[in-house]
Amino acid sequence: MSNEAILQTEIGVNVPVEVHHDSHTEHHHHHERFITKYVFSQDHKMIAKQFLITGMIWAVAGGFMSVLFRLQLGYPDSTFPWLEDLIGKWGKGGHITPEAYYALVTTHGTVLVFFVLTAGLSGTFANLLIPLQVGARDMASPFMNMLSYWFFFLASVIMMSSIFVETGPFSGGWTAYPPLSALGDASPGSKTGMDLWIISMAVFVISSLLGGLNYIATILNMRTKGMSMTRLPLTIWALFFTAVLGVLSFPVLLSGFILLIFDRNFGTSFYLSDIFLASTNTALPNEGGSAILFQHLFWFLGHPEVYIILLPAMGMVSEILSTNARKPIFGYMAMIASLFAIAILAFLVWAHHMFVTGLNPFLGSIFVLLTLLIAVPSAIKVFNWLTTLWRGNIRFTPAMLFAIGFVSLFISGGLTGIWLGNSALDIHLHDTYFVIAHFHIVMGVASMFGMFAGIYHWYPKMYGKYLNNTLGYIHFWITMIGAYLIFWPMHYQGLAGMPRRYYDFSVWESFKQFGDLNRFISTVAMIVFAAQFLFLFNFFYSIFKGRKLKVRNPWSSNTLEWTTPIEPMHGNWPGEIPEVYRWAYDYGKDGKDFIPQTTPIGQDESENH
Amino acid sequence: MTTSMILVVAVFILVFVVIFQIAKASEYVQVIKGEEKARKEQNKVNGFFMIGFLIAGLIGVYYCNELYFGKTLLAFPAASDHGEKVDSMLWITIAVTGSVFIATQILLFWFAYKYQESDKRKVYYFPHSNKLELIWTVVPAIVLTVLVVIGLRNWLTFTSEAPKEAMQVEVIGKQFNWIFRYPGKDKIFGKKYYKNIDDENSNSLGQLWDDSKNYDDVVATQTMYAVKDKPIQLIISARDVIHDVGLSHFRLKMDAVPGTPTTMWFTPKYTTKEMKEITGNPNFEYEISCDQMCGNGHYSMKGVIQVVTQPEFDLWIAQQKPNYYVAFPDKDPSNNAVVNTVDSSATTKKNMVATKTTKL
Repeated sequence: MSNEAILQTEIGVNVPVEVHHDSHTEHHHHHERFITKYVFSQDHKMIAKQFLITGMIWAVAGGFMSVLFRLQLGYPDSTFPWLEDLIGKWGKGGHITPEAYYALVTTHGTVLVFFVLTAGLSGTFANLLIPLQVGARDMASPFMNMLSYWFFFLASVIMMSSIFVETGPFSGGWTAYPPLSALGDASPGSKTGMDLWIISMAVFVISSLLGGLNYIATILNMRTKGMSMTRLPLTIWALFFTAVLGVLSFPVLLSGFILLIFDRNFGTSFYLSDIFLASTNTALPNEGGSAILFQHLFWFLGHPEVYIILLPAMGMVSEILSTNARKPIFGYMAMIASLFAIAILAFLVWAHHMFVTGLNPFLGSIFVLLTLLIAVPSAIKVFNWLTTLWRGNIRFTPAMLFAIGFVSLFISGGLTGIWLGNSALDIHLHDTYFVIAHFHIVMGVASMFGMFAGIYHWYPKMYGKYLNNTLGYIHFWITMIGAYLIFWPMHYQGLAGMPRRYYDFSVWESFKQFGDLNRFISTVAMIVFAAQFLFLFNFFYSIFKGRKLKVRNPWSSNTLEWTTPIEPMHGNWPGEIPEVYRWAYDYGKDGKDFIPQTTPIGQDESENH
Repeated sequence: MTTSMILVVAVFILVFVVIFQIAKASEYVQVIKGEEKARKEQNKVNGFFMIGFLIAGLIGVYYCNELYFGKTLLAFPAASDHGEKVDSMLWITIAVTGSVFIATQILLFWFAYKYQESDKRKVYYFPHSNKLELIWTVVPAIVLTVLVVIGLRNWLTFTSEAPKEAMQVEVIGKQFNWIFRYPGKDKIFGKKYYKNIDDENSNSLGQLWDDSKNYDDVVATQTMYAVKDKPIQLIISARDVIHDVGLSHFRLKMDAVPGTPTTMWFTPKYTTKEMKEITGNPNFEYEISCDQMCGNGHYSMKGVIQVVTQPEFDLWIAQQKPNYYVAFPDKDPSNNAVVNTVDSSATTKKNMVATKTTKL
């Protein structure tokens, strides 16, 4: 369906140029009803908001889980009677039990990685930005897009329900390695909790595929006139590669999960062999399976997943840095090439998570080589961002601050990847707090910063209001300082060999020297968590009471989304979709502050890009 | 407790309200002052914070190192020959990534501060430069090649075949402790099969009692003995779920996977006693930590390696009773002298259970 055809069928009455005043047509009712506007909406902008707000609810839940388990790590000797009121038998006597601790760690990881930083991040910004920035009325299939959100919602409900089952939610770590995840007798969390976890994840994969296919189709087919691939803003390039990664790797995860379901319920032995369970005093009949097979299938998604999380943040940061430095992004083609290189390499490095599984050493060395190769495109990106700032004229909007914060965190966390990707060092640092520090900085907090940058930058587009700047600045500085205070010292714990996923360190002569530090980290984590409520309040308050937008283009930006009315209707542009004549980054060219993509090339303009 | 909880929440809300009022007020001021002017003022403040964050951050990095370096393993020598290679590689990597870290962070925040908005500045339109981009593709690639070469040389050493003279010990993980097996005088491990595991009858590994190689195998739990300066090869597996033999002082770890045995070898350089002196910690132990999430008792799955001298080891091993004799006290020559009454029917039953052959 062409853009114009969608215009005809979808937006009907809202288009001044082509008014259909026949209110007896279905279209009119279609638009007025609450349920089709806010619930089962097929408007990409509304679906984006649905993803965002669901993601925010999950972020609060997941963040609160980390506060609870940090309470145990930071204050192992204190009791918190309110915990028993809150979580009942899991907080008996004001202490989090080991069962609850592991369930919290597992759910925190799953929720943050998949529900917040995959669905919440790409779901929100792919939906919001792809049609607006490529110049389309909506997604290629608005209906599939709606399904994508509702499958995600269903996955959320199932995951949430697993918290309330008697044997507790799944507690074997977000990577769900069998045999632990396959055997209910090995861990109570692997009983009903794991069934719900795995169903929820399977539904999530469906959601992700429906979304991803739609994003790819829209970017490839529905660009407006003049919007060649090399004129696309970098956000779109990043979201494109993200969608490709997801579409190619999520099915592999699903296949891994299906084999796991068979092992759990139907007596197969894909992952199980030679197992004797002391809890039931029985030897299981399964023989010949390989527990390591699951890890290959899992990490074949698991590693691209890291980039599924990171690439949208990179794309948005590129866009925001350039806009607010009032200067073109440096090395546009190199930025695309490095995104492409990262996307390809993302599929070829999964076994670096498995250096200590007894992997063939030759295979290991190939994975070392490919893994460290990723540092090259990453370095290109960092230096290009730095050069973008150089000799710019920087406006510190809250979005810009978070974008600069992203670059700082990406450098810090990226560099430790060079340690961990080198197998000989990984044998020492694997599964220690060093790894926690590494991936939280580079993937967790950095992508969260990318997401915040995106929200602050495109909030005016979403709601036609501004967020409060001062709250934004306070939010940024507390989060930035807090993130480093929490995760920087964890490198030292890792260099002491301190293993991750430990409930208590008091019996360990080698690891118990960090009591003070753990208390410090937990305290900062709580403060940073509390500071996020400033943002949440700002977000919801400003929807209703925020300062109204008076201009279409508040950041003096070049991209297409700022050419729509302040609050775009379903269909985005009244009348014709604007035509594009240039790339998105003509800032400061020929002495002009900015030249939007819709401005034709002038006669006397210097060489075009 | 509940009152203090209410207090905490009250203080939290109060602080929140105050911050919100300030933020709201500053928005009104912004409108009164003129948005452009207010924005420029905010820009200056944030530009100042940028450079402040850089300086405070670098001081923080130094201070953090002062506080915690002494608590890491790098403060003391590595306890194995492989560990020494890991440490020297760590230092090279720290030097490389550390200098990149400092340089790029300085550039980032310095640029942010220096090029903050000013009416006087004219933006430099600089969309790309092949020369610059080539430089920062090639230089990182060369540096990384050096790191890869060092890394792979070490990796291939660590994963190479164990020396012939290495002593072998089997390490088996189970929820939530470790079992060790020594091959005994014949230096060969007897066959085992997991379906023969019988904790109540002292057969925690499922040894096959019709295999005579099993007769001298010693089985122990919790503490493993190793000999200083003698290579030791661990043959690692698990009984139930995946565990991981984490030896932080030796800078090594290897997963213990049910059904798929793995190996790892190294040469201890200091006895436990020497290490107590080196670290100045009288309670020092070479601890084995489980480094792979294995269930709710994961955090307590601790083993200990006692590194001793050869004579000490010989003395210790001589005192150990082979597991065969633990399972069948009647077969033990040292028992036979005292107790002669044997329930032979029970013994035959046990032997019959054990006649299954292994799939290996």
